[in-house]
Amino acid sequence: MASNQKQGGSGGRGGATARRAPEWADGLKQLYDSVVEEDLPDSFKDLLDRLDGSNPAFSSNDNGAPPSPSGRGAR
Amino acid sequence: MGADDKGGESPGDRLTASDKADFKRQLTDVVPHLRAFARGLCGRPDMADDLVQETMLKAWAAQDRFEPGTSMRAWTFVILRNAYLTDMRRNRFRGEYDEGVAERILVAPAGQEEPIHLSDLHRALLTLPAERREALLLVGAGGFSYEEAAQICGCAVGTIKSRVGRARAALTEMLAQGNIPRRSTDDDIAHRAILEELDMVAAGNGVSSRG
Repeated sequence: MASNQKQGGSGGRGGATARRAPEWADGLKQLYDSVVEEDLPDSFKDLLDRLDGSNPAFSSNDNGAPPSPSGRGAR
Repeated sequence: MGADDKGGESPGDRLTASDKADFKRQLTDVVPHLRAFARGLCGRPDMADDLVQETMLKAWAAQDRFEPGTSMRAWTFVILRNAYLTDMRRNRFRGEYDEGVAERILVAPAGQEEPIHLSDLHRALLTLPAERREALLLVGAGGFSYEEAAQICGCAVGTIKSRVGRARAALTEMLAQGNIPRRSTDDDIAHRAILEELDMVAAGNGVSSRG
């Protein structure tokens, strides 16, 4: 995971420091990647399954109706 | 959102089964990225996942507006972002740090004595005004170009560059000083600006606001 991008570890170019990505930049990617690499919870698989059987228009009245992963035994 | 599409045809009519299968496969592929983006935006994993599910439903409903060959990740990020902003407006929802997120320690870069805690970084991120936070997430974490991020946010490239620059400067300062405020005091201002922008997006482009 910890891919070592060896960018300027030995601080050569002086003025470039400010322009260079700060040292926490890798941390930001790590935060992001750590979520990307998580196992997908079942609720997402269920939702994807439900999409298959549904008409794409089913929620097109877009009133912000929240998804109800718990509800209706539609199958 | 909502009534931005006056076209008579109902969604999905002109899509073949194979189009839909492609769409679903691509949508499935970006779900982990949607979760990561949402987690970065709103901090709480449960709320982030709700946001992603809402995004998936909206994306599915709007799939005939997706142009095959373009980036599904960028397209769905627009939807997620709009859903997030809408939620924020309705619920006065703020980025909240979830203590369970991570006490993982980032490996200290060579030559630096103190490691950076990812949890500190995340908390610092969540104190940023939302517009800077999302800009930094898109570019610094999601790997989008400035141009792509500008399209996703519906603003000028220069605006994105400026937001990313300010976000980086703020994070660098907070982390260097070990001074991570719980909440940014100019959140209200930033949120108002975002909400105005959202209204414009909603009035004009809606979900298909790329380009």
